[in-house]
Amino acid sequence: MSTHVEEHFAGSNKLFTSIWAWLVGLTLIEIFLAYRPMPIHYMLTILMGLSIIKAALIVAYFMHLKFERLSLILTIVPVLVICICLLLMFFPDSFRSSGLRYKFKEPEPIAPKSVE
Amino acid sequence: MSTEARAQTFPAADWGGGVLPYRVGHRKLGMWLFIVSDSLTFSALLIGYAYLRASNVWPTPFPFYPSIVFSSVMTFCLLSSSLTMVFGVSASSRGDKARARKWILATIFFGLAFIVLHLIEWNHLIGEGLRPFFLPEHWVKTFTTTEGIPPSPLFGATFFTITGLHMFHVFSGTIYLGVVAGRVKKLKHEDVEISGLYWHFVDLVWMFVFPLIYILSVDVGGRLAR
Repeated sequence: MSTHVEEHFAGSNKLFTSIWAWLVGLTLIEIFLAYRPMPIHYMLTILMGLSIIKAALIVAYFMHLKFERLSLILTIVPVLVICICLLLMFFPDSFRSSGLRYKFKEPEPIAPKSVE
Repeated sequence: MSTEARAQTFPAADWGGGVLPYRVGHRKLGMWLFIVSDSLTFSALLIGYAYLRASNVWPTPFPFYPSIVFSSVMTFCLLSSSLTMVFGVSASSRGDKARARKWILATIFFGLAFIVLHLIEWNHLIGEGLRPFFLPEHWVKTFTTTEGIPPSPLFGATFFTITGLHMFHVFSGTIYLGVVAGRVKKLKHEDVEISGLYWHFVDLVWMFVFPLIYILSVDVGGRLAR
């Protein structure tokens, strides 16, 4: 019975340090972007893009998923991506509830009645 | 060739039982499944936050100092803790348990630094008057739109829930790593690697919390200071 599990942990310390440097660099870009005025949907897209790259680097190298069997990767990753996309189904409703808001206006101040 | 003999050579024999088809132990597979479910918890919270944010007037109150400086240093601590953890797992795979313990202790140190910095940062905001269901008076005054719509008081609720749940994960991670560091000589390599998986996951979650909660709530024009 082949219950033996590989003890080998692929990847050198040099590789891990360079991944760490990439992660720190991408974080610095995010902080820099925070002070660039731009429409929020561009900002959100860029930030999420960078975050997904960072997450992929962590999962692939630090969590070692790149060096695991393809069957394990296929069991874990697609299900997560699909479930998160399904959770996003509710998101467009926020635009509707934003439009429903009661537009509150300060009542006109009552002009003091002139004393006759 | 008999059917049985053919089944032996068929690649699907991996799934016939008695072997490990993923080439990982059942504990490691369990940790991966936990990570998948916990990612969904955090995704649901962050999507809920995005929903509230898009459907309300949302305050953007974080100044460069203390909020952004603190959260950036916290990010650096967490990234560095992931690096020391991966060094620890690497040492453990070579059988160098003493060095693995040292690296894991360094990881715990960075984790505790993260918690301390985060609590100081929370304390700043609580001191300003932020509560789960109330905004400080001067925030309401500054961020009310020209149409007179006040900012959502749920800012505090989403902030404290998401960062609090993450901080709780870091806290439980330091305890978990403490146990692993203490028993590292008795544990198998794979058990050390599993604790590493959990720790990197905590780091990964912060990579989404940091931009969504902190970077997108920066007070760019310094509106609060005025």
